[in-house]
Amino acid sequence: MTTDEHPVRDLTDLQALADRVVELVRTSPRAQHATVEANVLVGRTRHGLTRFANSFVHQHVGEDTVSVALTLAVDGRTATAATTDTRDDALRSLIASTLDSASLQPVDPHWPGATPPAPVTREGNFDAATADARPEERAERVKAFVDADRDLRAAGYLDTEATWAAFASTAGQRVVGRTSRATVDGIHQTGSSAGSAHQTSQRLTELDAAAAGALAADRGRRSAEFVDVDPGIYEVVLGPEAVATILTFLGVYGFNAKMHLEGGSYAKIGEQQLDAQLTILEDPDDPRSVALPFDNEGTPRRTYPLVEAGVTRNLAHDRRTARRAGTQTTGSAVPGGAGFGAVPTTMRLVAGTPPAEQLVADVGRGLLVTQFHYCRVLDPKTLVVTGLTRNGTFLVEDGEVVGAVGNLRFTQSFVQALAQGQVAAIGNDDRYADAEFGPGAVIAPSLRLKAWNFTGGARG
Amino acid sequence: MFDYARAAVEAALAAGATYADARVVIRRQERIAAHNGEVESVTHAEDAGVGVRALIGSSWGFAATGELTDVAAKKAGAEATATAKASALVPGAAIELADVPVAQDVYETPHAENPFDVPLGDKVDLVVGVTRTMSEVEGIAVATAHLGFWDTDKWFVSSQGHRIHQHLVEAGGGMDATAVGESETQRRSYPQSFGHYETGGYEVIRRFDLPGNAARIAEEAVQLLSAPDCPAGEMDLVLESSQLALQIHESVGHAIELDRILGWEAAFAGTSFLDLEQLGSLQYGSELMNITADATIPGALATFGYDDEGTPARAVDIVREGTWVGVLSGRDTAHLAGLEPGGMVRADGFNRLPMVRMTNVGLKPGEGSLDEIIADTRRGVYLATNRSWSIDDRRLNFQFGCEIGWEIVDGKLGRMVKNPTYTGITPRFWASLDRLAGEDEWVPWGVPNCGKGQPMQVGHTGHPASPGRFTNVRVGVKG
Repeated sequence: MTTDEHPVRDLTDLQALADRVVELVRTSPRAQHATVEANVLVGRTRHGLTRFANSFVHQHVGEDTVSVALTLAVDGRTATAATTDTRDDALRSLIASTLDSASLQPVDPHWPGATPPAPVTREGNFDAATADARPEERAERVKAFVDADRDLRAAGYLDTEATWAAFASTAGQRVVGRTSRATVDGIHQTGSSAGSAHQTSQRLTELDAAAAGALAADRGRRSAEFVDVDPGIYEVVLGPEAVATILTFLGVYGFNAKMHLEGGSYAKIGEQQLDAQLTILEDPDDPRSVALPFDNEGTPRRTYPLVEAGVTRNLAHDRRTARRAGTQTTGSAVPGGAGFGAVPTTMRLVAGTPPAEQLVADVGRGLLVTQFHYCRVLDPKTLVVTGLTRNGTFLVEDGEVVGAVGNLRFTQSFVQALAQGQVAAIGNDDRYADAEFGPGAVIAPSLRLKAWNFTGGARG
Repeated sequence: MFDYARAAVEAALAAGATYADARVVIRRQERIAAHNGEVESVTHAEDAGVGVRALIGSSWGFAATGELTDVAAKKAGAEATATAKASALVPGAAIELADVPVAQDVYETPHAENPFDVPLGDKVDLVVGVTRTMSEVEGIAVATAHLGFWDTDKWFVSSQGHRIHQHLVEAGGGMDATAVGESETQRRSYPQSFGHYETGGYEVIRRFDLPGNAARIAEEAVQLLSAPDCPAGEMDLVLESSQLALQIHESVGHAIELDRILGWEAAFAGTSFLDLEQLGSLQYGSELMNITADATIPGALATFGYDDEGTPARAVDIVREGTWVGVLSGRDTAHLAGLEPGGMVRADGFNRLPMVRMTNVGLKPGEGSLDEIIADTRRGVYLATNRSWSIDDRRLNFQFGCEIGWEIVDGKLGRMVKNPTYTGITPRFWASLDRLAGEDEWVPWGVPNCGKGQPMQVGHTGHPASPGRFTNVRVGVKG
């Protein structure tokens, strides 16, 4: 299915659909005797996914879906609804039932009103060729990843995704945006080990699947013979994927303004909570960005510091938490945010100057960790997290990788691990990294930390 | 709706598929959440569309469209086949499907009171009321409660003649209270973390008695702030049944997924420590360990009439008196392994490719009661309600945290303890199971948030369990 064949094709169609929903809200008979406000987000997602395992493509998927998300307030009483049925009758019915739902509620004390006008200055980074990528184009690149080492077993995925979105509100906000993304993420397995590699770009053509496959195979082969090391505190060099996982937890539990308002975040604005080498930005303006130019509430995204030279500077707000905190939204609203809060979605840890190899070369005895796995919070306030290493963990002695080690479990406060004096160096190899929760949200370099608490081995 | 599914299947076959099936799915969801005595959100969502699978050679092609028209359904069918054909660039051995009965049937979840027919005001009053009760307990900073309901219609058609309509009704919810201290937070939830869900109607919610438990869990959250830390060391561990349910989910349920065992989920979800050559001989646990995967248990969350391949629901023995004897499978994986298909393939909505998912993977009850188990324990801890969960990519090394615990000293519950964790290696841990409570305390716990697949799909799984005791477990791991 090409983009031209879809009934809702492009930004113009989506804007018209968003406007139509606003109009239907305004003219609904149920809305005539009350003050009715509405936020309408219309999105189209086109996703192509080529999954492979045991060195062949076993699942191959195409999806093209338009959705409408609606937030209504009737005299300050709110309800939300979503549908994939964009026919007029279905939309009228949805609006009527949502108005009914809202009318039955008590007044929502945190309703900030419909989103007011605020222009976005860009449309988003978008590549039409990626949006229209054919399954054969994905499969060719998967072949390159697999062929990088035919003696090993390859598994992973290569996908292309395009998102078009339009937002309209009864308060007059009207914005559109689009973005595209392509990712290759996979492993090469020996009988006893695996190595991984990841690339994300706005453009499918920028993915070098053969190089990713070669890197994964190299890591997998170097891990085939491994020894177990004793649990304990080790100096570590963390690859970008592992760093991206840390940043994701900082974002979700630390910079989340709702969590902060409720006393569950470690963040203290203006305090030196992390190492002075660390600057973390919410950065939709990064030229590599694959984010829409506005958030779930239609607020333009903007770049701002979350942590500046180790000092916590800002939190991620949506309009609800901004109202509660007496500040401005940062354009960080996400679906479900009324319950969970706002989180940064385009985080970037500012890179350092040394290459990743130098980080390893400066380690006396420690571990090189390429990837974390199954991380879960034990206490959100101190950000104590447990998880494991995966797909390539190596012992470093006197600046050299001397061999692979078996996977290890850690239990570690992420805040303490990044505290002042704990960061030895930041690499210059920043790139989109695939935290365990998905690609395209965090740009991270390698990081050398002085202490990481490993609490057990993973040998069966 | 059958017509759209049939059109998609016919288009897929016309384009060259050797087998095709299609599901038209219309799913309504309602979620009501309250926070500190106020409504937080009332959300309704409806998604509808058709998803079609086409098989050629070694690959499934899948296409989905949210447009329910004959034209769109046919286009999706053709696209599914074209997508499968493209996979020939990276081929494997041809996929074949194990035989299943070809059914033409209608199935509906038993339910007494459709939750969508219950007045919204009643549902809102319930969650607002219990959060108010929890908030009134001194020291509680955050009190939340939620209800969630799904009403799903599926029309399934296959090129082999299946024609099945299912109407599934699911209901559940829960509440939690969080106390915030100087440098920590403590949370208690009920009936279990993230809520408990079952197939059935609003009667499920009425049975929970949320109001009757609100003050208790809030008071426990506050007490935890001043409780001592869980002791560290090796000791006997008694698990309350909802935590044992999650233990089953993570260290048994995922490990026995045949697609994982075959390596099909290796890159993301991971593989399994299980090797098919050990099926029938591997000692998974002690003789008290009897695990079944049973999609027919009344009221359990993963109960249905047919899976998303049209295979009828049934019960499969997984572990029998400690020996591993079964897997979770679909038609393709079962054929590859030379096993009977288990009917365990489901998708999260019309636009997702079905995959092997847990049904009701549960531990058959033992004898006696939790009280008797505690009375029989000299030194140990009793832990309840999951707080964190983590396990390696082969499902061996796990670490769980619970919300609350109590010391057990000489057969009696002692002090409340906080931040309890325990860790272990799957077969060693299950081998240490030495007491299991009986049927009276057996609960079909539902897990509504099981993640698997790429892109991530959410699965609904059931895990019946009663409280149990494990000996010499490492407890109290600290960060």
